[in-house]
Amino acid sequence: MSYWKANLLILSVILSIWFIVSFGFGIIWSENLDAISIGGFKLGFWFAQQGSIYVFVILIFVYVNLMNRLDKKFKSKDKD
Amino acid sequence: MNAQLLTFIFVGISFSLYIGIAIRSRAKSTSDFYIADKGVNPIANGMATAADWMSAASFISMAGIISFLGKDGAVYLMGWTGGYVLLALLLAPYLRKFGQYTVPDFIGTRYYSDAARLVAVLCLIFISFTYIAGQMRGVGIVFSRFLEVDIDLGVIIGMTIVFFYAVLGGMKGITYTQVAQYCVLIFAYLVPAIFISILITNNPVPQFGFGDQISGSSTYLLDKLDRLNVELGFNEYTSNTKSNIDVFFITAALMFGTAGLPHVIVRFFTVPKVSDARKSAGYALIFIALLYTTAPAVSAFARVNFIESVQEVEYENAPGWFKNWEQIGLIAWKDKNEDGRLNYSAGDALEGVKPIYSEGRGEYGERKVLNDANFENLNEIYIDRDIMVLANPEIAKLPNWVIALVAAGALAAALSTAAGLLLVISSSISHDLLKKTLMPKITERQELFYARLAAASAIIVAGLFGIYPPGFVAQVVAFAFGLAASTIFPALFLGIFFSRVNKEGAIAGMISGLLVTSSYIIYFKFIRPDLNEATNWIFGISPEGFGFFGMFINFLVAILITFCFRRPPKKIDLLIKDLRSP
Repeated sequence: MSYWKANLLILSVILSIWFIVSFGFGIIWSENLDAISIGGFKLGFWFAQQGSIYVFVILIFVYVNLMNRLDKKFKSKDKD
Repeated sequence: MNAQLLTFIFVGISFSLYIGIAIRSRAKSTSDFYIADKGVNPIANGMATAADWMSAASFISMAGIISFLGKDGAVYLMGWTGGYVLLALLLAPYLRKFGQYTVPDFIGTRYYSDAARLVAVLCLIFISFTYIAGQMRGVGIVFSRFLEVDIDLGVIIGMTIVFFYAVLGGMKGITYTQVAQYCVLIFAYLVPAIFISILITNNPVPQFGFGDQISGSSTYLLDKLDRLNVELGFNEYTSNTKSNIDVFFITAALMFGTAGLPHVIVRFFTVPKVSDARKSAGYALIFIALLYTTAPAVSAFARVNFIESVQEVEYENAPGWFKNWEQIGLIAWKDKNEDGRLNYSAGDALEGVKPIYSEGRGEYGERKVLNDANFENLNEIYIDRDIMVLANPEIAKLPNWVIALVAAGALAAALSTAAGLLLVISSSISHDLLKKTLMPKITERQELFYARLAAASAIIVAGLFGIYPPGFVAQVVAFAFGLAASTIFPALFLGIFFSRVNKEGAIAGMISGLLVTSSYIIYFKFIRPDLNEATNWIFGISPEGFGFFGMFINFLVAILITFCFRRPPKKIDLLIKDLRSP
């Protein structure tokens, strides 16, 4: 697989999770998730105001790691 | 020591810190001035990006707005953080690889066209000035409330500080002052939040605290808030009020708008390597998330505290902060049922919403307002949402030094964002407009001189916005994000991911995105504000969310027009190939 193809694959997987967690859990299915409570939080409310943000941070660092590995595999130096 | 003296000390120390940093980091070349000579450590850049991004709106207004909106406030929380995922994955590394100075620079080069560059410069200037107006209002509020300095003088002091480090140091000066400003603002935001969280729920982590039980009882805070809200005639705090489609579109418009904001993008030009640009976006989001996950906790605490400390209290015994903010003109009370007590509930207290004060005092010593009472509801209190964060420590009766800290933090948030915006305005003028278009023959020294001149003039214009605030600031914020989402983001994204898109397509796309989004916003915000309600909106999308729709129009037009014209020249294929290689 070429560098660019591998890159696009990584992008699409991460962006799908990004979409499901924020727009899915936080908005579209949020009211359904509200039926579940964790501590004092309704789950849909928690995803909308807390959870989605934590997931965003994790996603970027997963991406950074995958891309660093990919860069190494293609062994080119980061010029400039 | 009293709060005002402490505020003077805190603000004074923080301002001298910023000036000290400015003097140490003077810009010597255009590369220094525009992008800090690509020498910024990714973690430092993450902090600088966080301060650049978190404005007076994030620091002062956001928690207040969420406090009144409840769950729907999540549009800001998700919208203003989720954009960083897009930025890190779709734009930052490629634009850093491109390695030039400005965002219009990329658009002009990729689409081999000065016209495309100019359209981008115009969008950038419009977006950035819209944004700056909001910062200056924030500076004015803080100075007038906490230092009892005249608003105009406050704005002039703020502008002088920014002048120092932006004009002398350019991006280099701004970066290191932003790092300092981040530390000030996050400390100032977290300290009162932690205090209040301990006071109310006995949990020192606000992120967990607002989902916890109120100390000394087995009731969850959010359940209590739901009950209070319903009793007062509002919707449940934790339930949706807006339609799902509108929440979806507003969130998306804010996310894609964030990713398309030039002053944020340009921060990723300042790191040494492409891999640093990715890493730096991650750090930026951690630093931002620290405030953004605390904000909804602050909102919930502030709402409970606010309701409990004013409801049914006699005006004569109203807490000090209530009267202080009334004096500033951000709170008003109209005793509809003539019982001398403050009654808070759903609905606008006054006809015409905002209070117009008259000279005199009422029966209980309250400021008289000329507005008629709105008798469709029982609410007697007008409260500006912006004061929730600023008044929060006073409402919770925290020590004076915390109040002083919040004032210094709010100023750090406003000034750091203003400086970042001023820099992209000045570099788009000196670099894109002068050097790359009108006066290609100027030397680097001359370009640097023009960059400083442009920064200085932009500061003066921004200062005027602060002293004579245009009444439409709140309405045009939707504009900044809508335009970034419907013009700049698609042009950058297509430029990187679709090599076939040519200049005709990109320009047509940007212009149609611009026209569609701005006409929708202008129609509902300025021409017929009376029609601005869900039944009249296209597909139920409010003007705030329409930028996302405009983005699709941009994509559609850009791709259709592209196929009517020739492929981009060979050298563009090579440029894109280079962007896409490791």
